[in-house]
Amino acid sequence: MKIMPCPLNGPRNIEEFVCAGEVIPEPDPDATSDDDWSAYLFILENHAGVVREWWYHVPTSFWFIAERDTVTDEIVDTYSPDEIFGREPRPDEPPATTGSGP
Amino acid sequence: MPFSLLRNALASRRSPERILPRAVDLKRSYDVVIIGGGGHGLAAAYHLARDHGITDVAVLEKGYLGSGNTGRNTAIIRANYLTPEGVDFYAEALALWRGLSNEFGLNILYSERGHITLAHSDSAMRVMRWRAEVNKHQGVDSEVIYPDEIARLAPGIDVSEDVRYPILGALHHPPGATARHDAVVWGYAAGAARRGAEIHQNTEVTGVLQDAGRVTGVTTNRGEVRCDRVLQAVAGSSSIVAAMADFRLPIHTVPLQACVSLPLKPFLDPIIVSGSLHTYIWQTSRGELVMGGATDPYGLYANRSTLDFKEGLMANVLELFPFLSEVTVLRQWAGFCDMTSDFSPVMGVTPLENYYIDAGWGTWGFKATPVCGKRMAETVANGRIPDILRPFALDRFRALDLVGEKGAASVGH
Repeated sequence: MKIMPCPLNGPRNIEEFVCAGEVIPEPDPDATSDDDWSAYLFILENHAGVVREWWYHVPTSFWFIAERDTVTDEIVDTYSPDEIFGREPRPDEPPATTGSGP
Repeated sequence: MPFSLLRNALASRRSPERILPRAVDLKRSYDVVIIGGGGHGLAAAYHLARDHGITDVAVLEKGYLGSGNTGRNTAIIRANYLTPEGVDFYAEALALWRGLSNEFGLNILYSERGHITLAHSDSAMRVMRWRAEVNKHQGVDSEVIYPDEIARLAPGIDVSEDVRYPILGALHHPPGATARHDAVVWGYAAGAARRGAEIHQNTEVTGVLQDAGRVTGVTTNRGEVRCDRVLQAVAGSSSIVAAMADFRLPIHTVPLQACVSLPLKPFLDPIIVSGSLHTYIWQTSRGELVMGGATDPYGLYANRSTLDFKEGLMANVLELFPFLSEVTVLRQWAGFCDMTSDFSPVMGVTPLENYYIDAGWGTWGFKATPVCGKRMAETVANGRIPDILRPFALDRFRALDLVGEKGAASVGH
């Protein structure tokens, strides 16, 4: 059994998680070109080495970010998306208009 | 069957022939460099020499021939796809497969045994009917069958209703076949080498040389090689090699694991596939059951095996064939697959001029080996994309013009 250290739930069987792919900064849909938008949708780095990905813990509906090595199959670090995307907005706050990725 | 087999059986002595010529030094330049000595690359070299008279070709292979996915797939050949574009393409492959043993003078154990894709839900039955109608419209033999016919074609399969997912019906594709994948590699390699192509094993491409947007050569661990044209056919490493040529791909590299059982008496003639149970299973001519499932749950450039895979797969195999519960697994392996988001391949031109690509073969590449070699050779030789390849251009992702084969390309994705 491979263990995923979940930032919310601690070490859990990796079968409880879904890997949702590379963390890619989202371009502003209103300002970006069609080509950049389709590249955002489909084109991947597919890097051999340490990658940063979205992961999801299914039983608790918790999204987080994992850094792992795609050559050695080691999980390097996991953390809440707040750490790179800023804190969650308050309910009365207007939504952000642009992606705030790194 | 090749007549030489019969001749050798009657002869008192036979000295074995070398399949490949001895290794030679790399030349400083070639007309065409093919990166990747798997089935696709070697088939392209074969067709470049045989059909287009282009023999100044070097096939550069990082490991040994067929050490990648050509020797790691589960050797299933079929054309029962979902889109007309896909069906036409794989149907051309079927026609070529039938003649390969004679063409090579080497028995590739091509065996047409029928391919049965089980449906366990109403929605799966609807897709089977859809595939059957598309297949027939394109001239490919497929039909929906029901449990009584499944039980007749594959005795031993549990068609009762007393299981988690009762079998409602299936798509039966009589031309479904298997072949010995190593022999396919050797046949293409020998045929290409005999016509003058050079095959260099243990030769890893480390960089792509370009000048003003046009490819001019490659660097390797054995030095620099100049060339006019390059064909990249490297499966799971597609993104890594494309990065050397300064472009990115809509490809995610994910391992696919498979295994075989101990040899058993022959009991299973057709290939059995179940999308809902994420399982496929067939019996080789020496009695082993070849079994595989869905790709791994996350991407990796590694050939490691996992217990999770075996546990998950066997639970589903035993649901179909309960009497196999005492049978042990003999060996297990993995390959890494270049998955695209529409489950169709990427073939044709790239942003780098004269640099052609054959990638995105995910879990469905082996069956396409002959047609891919033939058509990519045509592309490289003429600098023009044949109509049959046009739907699979890299540019389709930019144009949002995908070829969705998820319902037919593999199991359980």
